Amino acid sequence: MRNTRATQPLFDMSKPGRRATQFPECDVPVVPITKLLPASALATAAPALPELGEPDVVRHFTNLSTLNMSVDTHFYPLGSCTMKHNPKRNERLASLPGLLDLHPLQPAESLQGMLALLFELQEMLGEIAGLPAVSLQPAAGAHGELTSLLMAAAYFRERGAKRIKVLAPDSAHGTNPASAAVAGFEPVAVKSTPQGFVDLEDLQSKLDEHTAVFMITNPNTLGMYDPNMRRIAELVHAAGGLIYLDGANMNAILGISRPGDFGADMMHFNCHKTFSGPHGSGGPGAGPIAVTEALAPFLPVPIVARDGDGYRLASDRPQSIGRVRSFFGNVGILVRAYLYIRSHGPDGLRRVSENAVLNANYLLARVKHIFPVPQGDRCMHEFVASAAKLKTDKNISAMDIAKRLLDYGYHAPTVYFPPIVREALMIEPTETESKETLDAFAETLFRITEEPADLLHEAPHTTPISRPDEVRAARQPIMVAPPAGGSNVTRGE
Amino acid sequence: MPFLLNTAEDQQAMLAAIGVGSLDELFAMVPGDLRLARDLAIPPALTEMALTAHVQALARQNVPAGEKVCFLGGGSYDHFIPAVVDAIAGRAEFYTSYTPYQAEASQGNLQAFFEYQSLISRLTGMDVANASLYDGATAATEAVLMSMSATGRPRHVVTAASVHPEYRATLAAYLRNLDVEVTTVGTPSGGISPQDLVAAVREDTACVLVQHPNFFGCLEDVEKLAQIAHDKGAMFVVAVDPISLGLLKRPGDYDADIVVAEGQSLGNPLSFGGPYLGIMACRERLVRRMPGRIAGQTVDRRGKRCWVLTLQTREQHIRREKATSNICTNQGLLALRATVYLALLGPHGLRETAELCLQKSHYAAARLTAGGRLSLPFERPWFKEFVVRDRDGQVKQLLHDASDAGLFAGVPLGPWYPELTDCFLVAVTEKRSRDEIHALATAVAGGNRKVMAAHA
Repeated sequence: MRNTRATQPLFDMSKPGRRATQFPECDVPVVPITKLLPASALATAAPALPELGEPDVVRHFTNLSTLNMSVDTHFYPLGSCTMKHNPKRNERLASLPGLLDLHPLQPAESLQGMLALLFELQEMLGEIAGLPAVSLQPAAGAHGELTSLLMAAAYFRERGAKRIKVLAPDSAHGTNPASAAVAGFEPVAVKSTPQGFVDLEDLQSKLDEHTAVFMITNPNTLGMYDPNMRRIAELVHAAGGLIYLDGANMNAILGISRPGDFGADMMHFNCHKTFSGPHGSGGPGAGPIAVTEALAPFLPVPIVARDGDGYRLASDRPQSIGRVRSFFGNVGILVRAYLYIRSHGPDGLRRVSENAVLNANYLLARVKHIFPVPQGDRCMHEFVASAAKLKTDKNISAMDIAKRLLDYGYHAPTVYFPPIVREALMIEPTETESKETLDAFAETLFRITEEPADLLHEAPHTTPISRPDEVRAARQPIMVAPPAGGSNVTRGE
Repeated sequence: MPFLLNTAEDQQAMLAAIGVGSLDELFAMVPGDLRLARDLAIPPALTEMALTAHVQALARQNVPAGEKVCFLGGGSYDHFIPAVVDAIAGRAEFYTSYTPYQAEASQGNLQAFFEYQSLISRLTGMDVANASLYDGATAATEAVLMSMSATGRPRHVVTAASVHPEYRATLAAYLRNLDVEVTTVGTPSGGISPQDLVAAVREDTACVLVQHPNFFGCLEDVEKLAQIAHDKGAMFVVAVDPISLGLLKRPGDYDADIVVAEGQSLGNPLSFGGPYLGIMACRERLVRRMPGRIAGQTVDRRGKRCWVLTLQTREQHIRREKATSNICTNQGLLALRATVYLALLGPHGLRETAELCLQKSHYAAARLTAGGRLSLPFERPWFKEFVVRDRDGQVKQLLHDASDAGLFAGVPLGPWYPELTDCFLVAVTEKRSRDEIHALATAVAGGNRKVMAAHA
């Protein structure tokens, strides 16, 4: 049974005098604080944090956790974000003190195992990408996009070219145009065909001597492999531009098709999608990038270099764009990516993609008579079904279906994305689900479409809350707990 | 393959239902000439047992900070992490859950984010906080970008040389293509002087970025510096050490506009520099310019209090190129760790941690400088970290000798500050004991081992 007190805010539980941590007595001579720090720098009261005991904290957060769906507890048929099983071995091994308890500024000779691991990861990612030069620095996919665009800017600057435009399809992830803008480029949308492919005519009309980069997601956000990929690359390269591959969907083509081979000059991996870093309620991720030899000099510093038998962090790279974050990268996630790739090997990675694509196509085949897939009856690792007909016939929207699925113990699919499909339901079963799960999910979808529309409009019914008032949240934003309750703790000297 | 569930029989049945004859046929969409005709050239798969042995061998080639006595800082600190933090953050319902876009399926995460924001807001004295950014360096950079848009001054920013060099390098890389001039004010005294700042701030300056305590561990004259920035209409952006806020004035008290921090100190492992936690908090009037996710309180259709991701129109998935930033993934799990950590420490625990850092670092400084060879180049007050100068200029040898004696004694400053080649940075957290501090003093203050042996 769910603990109904679970949602009591932390601050309301505070009781003066409660403690959850104790520190040893100070074992060096204690000097009055005002002799060490000027009074003007000191706070007059302790921070207004709640006062709680360990059982309070443990129960509060444990109960909160039960209000979440998670991959370990539920099926997430969620397109675009690839929520699949996280191998438990990765967690155990990544927590070895020899990997976790390393300070980023300790001497290189005390880090040779870590640097060897990261060097090998660089090499493996380069091979999977078909692009030889890798940086493990970026903290997330969007950070990888930004890093690559900054490199493209440096690349063109070096050549004395003023290229200001970054093109991306209208079906692209929002991060693409946002990254272009943050990097100082002018983002330009390229039309998609009804099949979701790049509209070649529109692309051609927008390519010119000002085009720096064309960002493409392939397989795209509709789960389709663009059949014109080679032609697109030819057109962009002929215009002097670079191709950026948004690697969000790499789990469909591991060992099957390599971005470097199909024309990409730069790409990022989403370690948390493709190599199963835990999502952790929205991070941390890691977004390593791979680029061509021509772009390699511009990679951010440092990279891991091998000198004879030893490894070091190399920062002596004069053409580098510099740093895009502190220290080396989201190493904890990179270690999990390394473990994932080593668990699979070449055959295993290929089987990952085969099963991701098999599961998606199977589910598509099962549901398409009720939820038409405008892009046709084949897909890669995900597909975008449309509830447009249900909306017209029964007044059931994609959102209604998504919310009702929660009642049946399924996380909702991604809805209303990409924007080019009406009443979009973007479904990605991933390779780690079974036929039984997919069958049960399909049956549930059918069952929902038979339910009364009113029931669906008010769904979900069994979750801790139902249909929050998001407009109110945005119009009268309450983003922190009110000051009452546990605030203004007086400092005890 | 242990993570795949479809048996050969399942696969056949599924292929039949799809209407294709083989797995290979599923990839018909990929043009033949774009398909890899060979296996990937990566090592073959390892079983869990073999992988474990392999990784344990790699891990043994590293020296964990816990095996040496760690006096390393420079933006990453060996603070104590209560067991509860790992126990809670390791719960699968937090660990393997998705970004809380579906509020009904994510109330645990959303409430935890709301509590994180509340704790950070109270800690910093700011009105609002977001639900985290990548790390301290990118948070500082995002804050500068925010100040540029909020002030409508996109051409000039000022920072101090005492701001973490990697934060400044990150800022420079982000701004390189935006045609922004960055004035870096030198800090020969270990902090920025108000007179130098007055000379650097212009009518078109978007913000002044300082760190407090700064990269050298020293306190800055934040009240004066904020005043100077505001007099010219520039914003005051400050990067803080969250642990220091157990003792020091809150940035809200000295009129900061945006506060950022590296949140690693709050219950997150060293992890060779990442993943870390970018903290950001600001004044309410700036909230619509803030990057990243924000949890907001509302009610559901039954009138029950609940939480959602709010103000999403700032974000890239709605606003695309007009978004406040390109950030999509944040550091949710690390923000959760910080929330649990702060809930465990409470006001008194945080203050005690800060006091222990303060007392022990000052004791360490006194011991280190007692012998005469080492000195403190800066006279400013400091919190838990301080710069030490070796009069003999043998920093590399000295740190090497300390390492042989079982100590990571400090971070050499020469790579970032050529004028400080004879200096290193020592951090002393609450975890360091009197005996460890004495060992440090013995290893480095008495000179190299030969000298020590001669005196023995």
